[in-house]
Amino acid sequence: MKSLLARIQSGEIVVADGAMGTMLMARGLESGKAPEMINLERPQILEEIARLYIEAGADIVQTNTFGASPLKLVKSNLADKTKEINAAGVRAARNAAGNSAFVSASVGPSGRILKPYGDTEPKEVYESFLAQITVLAESGVDALCIETMTDVSEALLALDAAKKIASATPVIVTMTFESTSKGFVTIMGTSIERAAKELEAHGADIIGSNCGNGIEQMVRIARDFRACTKLPIIIQPNAGLPQLKGGEIVYPETPEFFASKVPDLLEAGVSIIGGCCGTTPAHIKAIRGVISHTG
Amino acid sequence: MQILEVLKQSIIEGNEEHAARYAGDAIAERIDAKIILDDALIAGMNVVGEKFRTHEIFLPDVLLSAKAMYAALAKVRPLFLKEKIPSLGKVVIGTVQGDLHDIGKNLVGIMLEGAGFEVIDLGTDVAPERFVDEAVARDAEVIGLSALLTTTMPGMGKVVKILKERGLSGKIKVIIGGAPVNDEFCREIGADAYCFDAANSVATVKKLLGQSTSRAE
Repeated sequence: MKSLLARIQSGEIVVADGAMGTMLMARGLESGKAPEMINLERPQILEEIARLYIEAGADIVQTNTFGASPLKLVKSNLADKTKEINAAGVRAARNAAGNSAFVSASVGPSGRILKPYGDTEPKEVYESFLAQITVLAESGVDALCIETMTDVSEALLALDAAKKIASATPVIVTMTFESTSKGFVTIMGTSIERAAKELEAHGADIIGSNCGNGIEQMVRIARDFRACTKLPIIIQPNAGLPQLKGGEIVYPETPEFFASKVPDLLEAGVSIIGGCCGTTPAHIKAIRGVISHTG
Repeated sequence: MQILEVLKQSIIEGNEEHAARYAGDAIAERIDAKIILDDALIAGMNVVGEKFRTHEIFLPDVLLSAKAMYAALAKVRPLFLKEKIPSLGKVVIGTVQGDLHDIGKNLVGIMLEGAGFEVIDLGTDVAPERFVDEAVARDAEVIGLSALLTTTMPGMGKVVKILKERGLSGKIKVIIGGAPVNDEFCREIGADAYCFDAANSVATVKKLLGQSTSRAE
């Protein structure tokens, strides 16, 4: 199989998978439990979700390791299981992907705020990422995906750890932006321009945005990224923002709506399109449908 | 009263060292603790909250201002006891079960504490029963619930339900907040109020408790 970066460089549009958390909930994940416990207790569910996404047309599936850095796991008293949880997450995704889809290892925020604003030393966060990424890389992944970041300084710590441990593995970094009167900025005050510049300088291979926005806002975010970087861009929108309907949480953007906006993302120069919260295999199938037509 | 303006500015700028020093200066000038609190600390944090809401500043700036506010509060607090300033009320706050996000909850705690409420922070991943047990044990009037995840929001409804089952509805009020939460959800679960952001929490709690909101605004 050609590498992820080679396929992007040849001009191919790559499709990533959709949501994990909301899919797990639909399969009865107890809301009081750390989602990473599933890796140890019921990995077959993760395999099933990954298979559904691959069948829907995803070229990339993500591991269920978003919160599996020791600093994050310690909050659920699971820090001593860092190795098992990350290895099991990769194994489940690989079982589904085989050699026909890429396995991308998810690395989410530490949940800490760095000094001087918060109380955590950058070194502590770096070492936590290093510990997680070491296991992910040893388990054999095709890409690392540092995602949903709001503080670019924290994203850089994870990126530096990835480049130190796995210099040959492509690293994707995505951040979550809010629409403000000053353009798109993360809650920690990182603009798209600053994110693009710093991530590029630290060697990120693919950059972009996930979560926090529906697909229309993401088209604007993609254009802003394109204006500041030559790196390949990844976009993973939510299926809109969650609404409550009769006690149920509903994500309003349908697969059809997603499909209708994919051409705008392509025009903005995006290389990887997937989904975040609320997206399902149906959304991924809809995206794949448009790309097969235009591609 | 020049000192109060300087103190307020040091909080807005997030200068911890200055805030502590000027709070000490204000006390040395024998200004009432209540006036220092209202006209410098709360007034400063209100400006910070408003700037955050309009995206003039971002979370790191708010956190630095909060540190400055706490540094000043630490100087002023001993006077409260001496001047016998009563607490405005007790509020139990926490992030609901399964949810480890604490930034929003912490901001609410800062604003309420700055405004003169006694805040009992139960932390994150708090079981619904524990909110009610603690509120009863500590004689709190309000429970403040935070959630960032759509997956954990239902925990808020459980707290309301437990209060009802124990005949405490209306006696202990419930306010809710967090990114996925809105007015509609608040009505649906029967909570007493939805709080749009941390800056808003003081006015919301005061209104719920039938207190005048004029001073802190």
